[in-house]
Amino acid sequence: MGVWRSYRLRLQRRRWLIRAFRKRRDLRAIANRTDQIRKSDLLLFSTMRNEGIRLPYFLNYYRDMGINHFLFVDNDSTDGSLDYLARQPDVSVWHSKSSYKRSRFGVDWLNWLQMKYGHEHWCLTVDPDEFFLYPFCDTRPLRALTDWLDASSIKSFGAMLLDMYPKGRIDAQPYEAGQNPLEIASWFDPGNYMIQKNPQYGNLWIQGGPRTRMFFPDEPERSPALNKIPLVKWNRRYAFVSSTHTLLPRGLNLVYDEWGGEKASGVLLHTKFLDTFSTKAQEELERRQHYAGSKEYIAYADGLQDNPDLWCKWSEKYINWRQLEILGLMSKGNWA
Amino acid sequence: MSVGIIMLVHTALGRAEQVARHWAKAGCPVVIHVDAKVPRKAYTDFVERLSDIDDLAFSLRHRCEWGSWGLVAASQDASELMLSKFPDVRHVYLSSGSCLPLRPVEELIDYLAERPRVDFIESATTADVPWTVGGLDEERFTMRFPFSWRNNRYLFDKFVDLQRAVGYRRRVPRGIVPHMGSQWWCLTRQTLSAILQDPRRHVYDRYFRHVWIPDESYFQTLSRLYSTTIESRSLTLSKFDFQGKPHIFYDDHLQLLRRSDCFVARKIWPHAERLYNAFLGDAEAQASRTEPNPGKIDRIFAKAVDRRTRGRPGLYMQSRFPNWGWENGLTAGKYSVFQGFSELFTDFEPWLARATGTQVHGHLFGPDATNFANGQSVINGALSDSAAIRDYNPRSFLTNLIWNTRGERQCFQYGPTDTPEINEHFARDPNAQISVISGAWAVPLFKSNRNFGEIRAEAAQLQKIEAKMLDELRSPDAKARIRIWTMAEFIEAPMEPLQVIIDEIGQKSVRRLSEAPRMENLAGFGQFLQNLKNQGMHPYLMGDFPVDPPQRHGASRARRPYLVKK
Repeated sequence: MGVWRSYRLRLQRRRWLIRAFRKRRDLRAIANRTDQIRKSDLLLFSTMRNEGIRLPYFLNYYRDMGINHFLFVDNDSTDGSLDYLARQPDVSVWHSKSSYKRSRFGVDWLNWLQMKYGHEHWCLTVDPDEFFLYPFCDTRPLRALTDWLDASSIKSFGAMLLDMYPKGRIDAQPYEAGQNPLEIASWFDPGNYMIQKNPQYGNLWIQGGPRTRMFFPDEPERSPALNKIPLVKWNRRYAFVSSTHTLLPRGLNLVYDEWGGEKASGVLLHTKFLDTFSTKAQEELERRQHYAGSKEYIAYADGLQDNPDLWCKWSEKYINWRQLEILGLMSKGNWA
Repeated sequence: MSVGIIMLVHTALGRAEQVARHWAKAGCPVVIHVDAKVPRKAYTDFVERLSDIDDLAFSLRHRCEWGSWGLVAASQDASELMLSKFPDVRHVYLSSGSCLPLRPVEELIDYLAERPRVDFIESATTADVPWTVGGLDEERFTMRFPFSWRNNRYLFDKFVDLQRAVGYRRRVPRGIVPHMGSQWWCLTRQTLSAILQDPRRHVYDRYFRHVWIPDESYFQTLSRLYSTTIESRSLTLSKFDFQGKPHIFYDDHLQLLRRSDCFVARKIWPHAERLYNAFLGDAEAQASRTEPNPGKIDRIFAKAVDRRTRGRPGLYMQSRFPNWGWENGLTAGKYSVFQGFSELFTDFEPWLARATGTQVHGHLFGPDATNFANGQSVINGALSDSAAIRDYNPRSFLTNLIWNTRGERQCFQYGPTDTPEINEHFARDPNAQISVISGAWAVPLFKSNRNFGEIRAEAAQLQKIEAKMLDELRSPDAKARIRIWTMAEFIEAPMEPLQVIIDEIGQKSVRRLSEAPRMENLAGFGQFLQNLKNQGMHPYLMGDFPVDPPQRHGASRARRPYLVKK
């Protein structure tokens, strides 16, 4: 990469950081318990809106994994999730009434919080419907992974988004608070992911899965990106560019090996497709606050009316991370 | 007579304390070296906590930078203290704070008591082992390394380059031959004291002070001078990954470590509660006198290194996306591509499926649809038949299909009407078996009921595309198993090439083919080609077809290809 391009990217990163700094004024602290954060704590960052029903399971899942402190931005929820979060002893939560879109889909807010609280911490950035899996996650806590990454001088860890869906109509089984969403949405597409390299930022661009198969069969280029880098040893100079798909500086995006080997990687189980989805899709369609003019949600609304069953004969039922490893969706790399 | 334990401690002092107590409880004198980087407060607390143990001493603290002299200096001081303070000690065992004894200490004591003259130290000459990381094997003994490899990699590398360029070489002191090996050793008092009291020690120390990673070579080299019996292996189980850093053991390795029968393992994750409880608890003496046997652990870690450096062939995923030429297997398994066969034969696909037992697709890269076998709309891996998705990334489509159907050979049809981008990927792929009957695309045109002007235009275009495809197949980069026949050549004796292809697919028994696919009726095809020529479009890819084929016996009937029997 030429000096000029790397200088341009540097300027761009500065710009995102300044923007994040300006956007800090969108945020009002409701419960700020960040004084509890100790030096080596593992932090989780998330933005959400009206996801109250998912929170109890979400928090427990990540507490069990070994997250020490949660930092949430609540984008003006109306379902009481703000109060619920404020009551949790290990959660700090900020409230924002401002536009999700104008904050670049929450990225500015999280960049700011990470700049302020995430410096020198391992930070996991996930949505409330995403469940992080890493190799050996059933026998080793998250700290084992971050210690290993530290020892290997690795600063970022990739985890592809894997869309989970139920068999039958999406709204056939209602989801209840505290329930493991994987009991309902337990199926996934095992092998239809398309990969390209993004020359500008050096990350991989992955598309495919049930959303491409069902909602974008005629214009696959529009289907959502599935590559994510949720776990980063944060530095206040880092910035997410678009969601957790891309980071700057560029080197953080190199979570894949280019010389034939496999690096260690995880998976984010994406449990978007529960019965709550149809109403959510409708609502988001009206708010028009999502990426690319909410194209995705328009496609969902169309697709859902015709045939809400994402399941097919070749869908695979989720068992554990080892299954995903064998299928080639994630890898142990040289962690053994 | 007993075994003295030296512990080099850097972090996780709590765990080091636990292990030290374990050694002491079994009657082993312990000397602990704490890295000078550990804060004074933590150090004094640590000393305080261990003050109740009698046979335990702390040696002079050094700063232990990885790959620097500090580690050797620390081992030397601790060894001297051990030898002078505990005269009963016969073997000295060097270990670290993150080592964990796996077998009851008594077994180690007995094991060493049975071998009173043996030094356990891995020690090999640099020329003979491929262990080194970073390419510095012999050079680590002949260059100088003033810059830290960890913190100042750029200067480190540049300085090495400079020394190479000017041909700088240090002289190795007289009398020693550089050896290297694992830094965790177990030496007898005789050998160790001979090394430490050598009158020329200042010469060796001055030399090794500037060798790179001296803790892997100082004792390994000098013990060769004095030891009567060297067992060149380490009693400490310690595995390294491809970057030369130690693999770490976790709770889920418990059974593996138990069965390894090694005395000490390194490195243990400090939070591996179950391991520490299991191995530091009151282990029932199993009275097993077996030799250490880390075979299974070796295999697991060797596999991990292989996965990290070579990966699974044919897999493209979020953390494996090889650059062009570095794929180590472009696809996950063998497959066959047929071009022109389903045009020439009416029932080629079902015939091929019967003859080989493989999965036979139609034109996978067909212009309007992906024709999966048996008309399926979705196939293994939930791969969709949408042509738009396929053409959005044809390479992913192909590699996914082959990956998803590992263990089941795929065959499919291809031709100049199909997505052309994928052709060069087949051609480069040693897993592909490509069979082409060139010019067979003319048969459907010949059979079609269209205006001749259209046919002529399409024939011209298809011929152009196929000519380009054939060029790609004939390029020097092509690694696939490629066979190309002109149509005229092929119909002369169709069964022979078919037999060769089927044999190579090799799914079923080696029986001769008993049934042939039915060929299209080609009466008048020669005239059709001549008509194209008369219109100025010279079809050449199908070879030479006479306008009026020579009359054979019974050639008036629809022709069925003959079987070649040997």
